[in-house]
Amino acid sequence: MSHSLTSESPPPLVQSPSQEFWTGARDIIPLVVGAIPFGIIFGTLATSNGLSPGATLAMSAFVFAGSSQFIAAGMIATQTGWLLIVLTTFVVNLRHLLYSVSLVPYIKALPQQWKVPLAFWLTDEAFAVVIRRYESKDKSHFKHWYYLGAALTMYLNWQLCTLLGITLGQMIPDATSWGLDFAMSVTFIGMVIPYLKNKPMVISVVVASIVAIFAASLPNKLGLMLAALLGIGAGVISEHLLSTTTPRGIHHE
Amino acid sequence: MNEKLLILGMMLATFSVRYVMFGASSRIKLSPALLNALRYVPPVVLSAIVAPEVLLSDGALSVGLMNARLVGAIAAIIISYTTRNLLLTIVVGMVVFFAWQGLMIL
Repeated sequence: MSHSLTSESPPPLVQSPSQEFWTGARDIIPLVVGAIPFGIIFGTLATSNGLSPGATLAMSAFVFAGSSQFIAAGMIATQTGWLLIVLTTFVVNLRHLLYSVSLVPYIKALPQQWKVPLAFWLTDEAFAVVIRRYESKDKSHFKHWYYLGAALTMYLNWQLCTLLGITLGQMIPDATSWGLDFAMSVTFIGMVIPYLKNKPMVISVVVASIVAIFAASLPNKLGLMLAALLGIGAGVISEHLLSTTTPRGIHHE
Repeated sequence: MNEKLLILGMMLATFSVRYVMFGASSRIKLSPALLNALRYVPPVVLSAIVAPEVLLSDGALSVGLMNARLVGAIAAIIISYTTRNLLLTIVVGMVVFFAWQGLMIL
């Protein structure tokens, strides 16, 4: 009987570094699955656009930024100079400023030898799972190990998929048609819904979604940046408006 | 194409953006107003990534039952809203998406 009771009770708090590490590695799996087709396509596309296999692998290993790598592969095909590609990469990656500034309160006490690799491995996917871990209420001192586990899993998968694309890409049927990338969409949906506890949050998400759709044709992920900034603005402004009209309206979070 | 310069440059352009706030994190103090605004970053960014993925098809708005991604996303929203269970949301969303896509091929 006591066994069935323990299995009914909530899971124990994750505490030790290795438990945190492996939980992070596990929690990012749906997003890793969603990235598989893109890694394979990148390996295939970059080499067929004229980047050497070695440089293609090196780009995944040292740059590790999916969107930028895709845009770079496209620019290589059109004979664009390296400097312009580098400047474009900078613009495409600006959204990481939003992620890293959001993580500042949680990582500021870490030593440099942690901040450097954690920054290097910061991606959309890692941010999504890691901020969730940091925002959860328990007082674990090892949440950076969760970050490391999640980020490393994403990184290793990206290297393997790039290699797969380079070596077997021509034999693999069109990876865009698999639908695996949809795993990212449903994961993000499941992460967003719990935030929608008050009107400002709902307004900010609705504004961001609408702007993202209509600004999707902007180059270099600028539509995403615009949508994020306008969504944040809409949330903050509606917070102020709602708190002046209904003074107790937003304090029930 | 100078591949070494390209990769070195892209590496610096990427890492600098990712690291600048981390590197300065022990010296900067975020104002309460900024910290409040940052609460919106995760839901806003994630929905800004998802909305075009679900609602755009080859750059055009696709709202209707022919859009299997939209049907899967609606299923995921319902499951997430009613259960708050992330894994169940992912599984049901994917199953509905693949099943719907399969039905439309038939």
